Amino acid sequence: MDRRRRHRLAIGLALITTLLLIGGLAAGSEGWSLTQLAQTWHSADGALIVGQIRAPRTLGAWLVGALLGLAGATAQGLFRNPLADPYLLGSASGASLGVVLVLAASLLGGHSISLATADAIARIGLVAAAFIGALLGVMLTLTLARGAQQTTRLLLAGVVVGVVLAAVSDLVTSAAPDALRGKQAFMLGSTGFLGWGSCAALALGLLVTLPPSWRLARALDALTLGVDSAHSLGLALPRIRLALVVVLALATGIAVSQAGLIAFVGLVAPHLVRRFAPATHGFTLIASAAAGGTLLLMADVLARSLIAPQEVPVGVLTALLGGGYLIWLLHRRRVS
Amino acid sequence: MSRLFGRVIAAWLGAIAVSVAGAPLALRDDRGASVTVPTPPQRIVSLLPSLTESVCALGACARLVGTDRFSNWPASVLALPKLGGLDDAQIERIVALRPDVVLLSSSARVTDRLEALGLKVLVLESRDHADVKRSLTIIARLLGTPDQAERVWSDIERETRAAVDRVPASLRGQRVYFEVDATPYAAGPVSFIGQTLARLGLANALPVELGPFPKLNPEYVVRLQPDIVMAARQDLADMPKRPGWSALRALRDERSCGFASERYELLIRPGPRMGEAAGVIADCLVDIDTKAHK
Repeated sequence: MDRRRRHRLAIGLALITTLLLIGGLAAGSEGWSLTQLAQTWHSADGALIVGQIRAPRTLGAWLVGALLGLAGATAQGLFRNPLADPYLLGSASGASLGVVLVLAASLLGGHSISLATADAIARIGLVAAAFIGALLGVMLTLTLARGAQQTTRLLLAGVVVGVVLAAVSDLVTSAAPDALRGKQAFMLGSTGFLGWGSCAALALGLLVTLPPSWRLARALDALTLGVDSAHSLGLALPRIRLALVVVLALATGIAVSQAGLIAFVGLVAPHLVRRFAPATHGFTLIASAAAGGTLLLMADVLARSLIAPQEVPVGVLTALLGGGYLIWLLHRRRVS
Repeated sequence: MSRLFGRVIAAWLGAIAVSVAGAPLALRDDRGASVTVPTPPQRIVSLLPSLTESVCALGACARLVGTDRFSNWPASVLALPKLGGLDDAQIERIVALRPDVVLLSSSARVTDRLEALGLKVLVLESRDHADVKRSLTIIARLLGTPDQAERVWSDIERETRAAVDRVPASLRGQRVYFEVDATPYAAGPVSFIGQTLARLGLANALPVELGPFPKLNPEYVVRLQPDIVMAARQDLADMPKRPGWSALRALRDERSCGFASERYELLIRPGPRMGEAAGVIADCLVDIDTKAHK
């Protein structure tokens, strides 16, 4: 039974993703249609528009969503808490603080370095800063909550850390107002400027984070039985926890450094997966990544086509879609 | 004795001042509210750079007692208390300055709060050229120098015409993409920037339907292939790194204007320096033209 549902979910996700990938190539600044795609492809700018702009944007949106979905599923398994998510744990706000610091620093020092080198440094620096920020954010939350045992403590600590880190990055931007414009775009989240370079970074991120979380999935399964049972199974919990936190921070950091803050994907994707096909963590992690990718890709295609050639900020759409789903879920729970 | 004499003199001078100023002045602002000021205000707070600039251009810079944090022209306003922005105005400091009137653009929260605290608030919009002209007229009446508005507006017109004359003939009718934010947002034909471009004989790459400042799909700009690209210098420098944007012919052929930040500020403020702004754009067009002929 469960096996069938898992199959169905996998097939469903693959199907929707394929459709959305085609949709992503077809959705452009004229709204979207397949005949238009054919025309665009044969026009003079075809390779440019489809190959250099739409394709990386479409793939990039999926990859960002996948990283966020994976981070969310990892967090929810690790903390045995269905509300854990890169946002609630303070890792997203840590990552964004890292990015804001790098932006402000590059503005201050921008004149001394030539543009080309500044760009390479900025690209690596952005990912590194986001990763370190995300890691520090989670660590801070865990320290404040004295571990992840108590749900309420953890969530409270996460909220507090998130607010404080956001305030610090506000402080930085008010000290360097020129960074403000860049930051606002960043806070809303954007898939608009994902190019092949970003895609490479994101794909690398997924390649680096997916295998270890897959390997640690068994430990997450053991954890669901409780910390004592996990201990008695001979698991080196502190090391495993640390490894998972690093995976979580890496996935969040890379996603945030390329696309800014995109809410709700990390929270909703694992929920969707568990709802349709309850399974062990090995499946949940991979499926959550796929579901996260599908969700964000859907939001991106909508963002492009709803009021083309204008755009709706994609972060607004994920909040509406994901938040709407959660509200529906809460409502149903109360009724039943 | 001499102190009493001094007070009498002061009262007498005051009486003259009031009689010169005449009756209370009722002004209708851009939200349709009627704002009555007893005499031309001597203490003014402005919460928008373009309004600050308007007050100064109308010759009343000395009457400003505070501005928002972005007002930086003319240089004399830099010394004034900085009272935050429209969204985070420092209400307490504004009230403590005891202004006779506060000038701002529509921001319901600040307006309501200040009026509840008994201050006179004048809300002035500046979306297009007509708005700027109307604002100047209203502020000039407020200041008790109504004929100054005509002078400032004719200065703007004169500077704009001078700029129009300098636009190289080869560039007339070129389609311009003017970026106001890297997200990207651009200036449409109905914005004040779009109107200035039109005055200069340029076409806008964006259609009218998109409104004043639409947020665009980056792909759309690549498809538009504008003849000339204008943006803040840093944003322009980053453009070729955006996916697909290196294919923009305007960027490849350096038919572009990257404005340094103080010049860019001048361009994005709908105020008395709009004529000067037209001149800044004309400067760039002349540069493009000379480069093309080399």
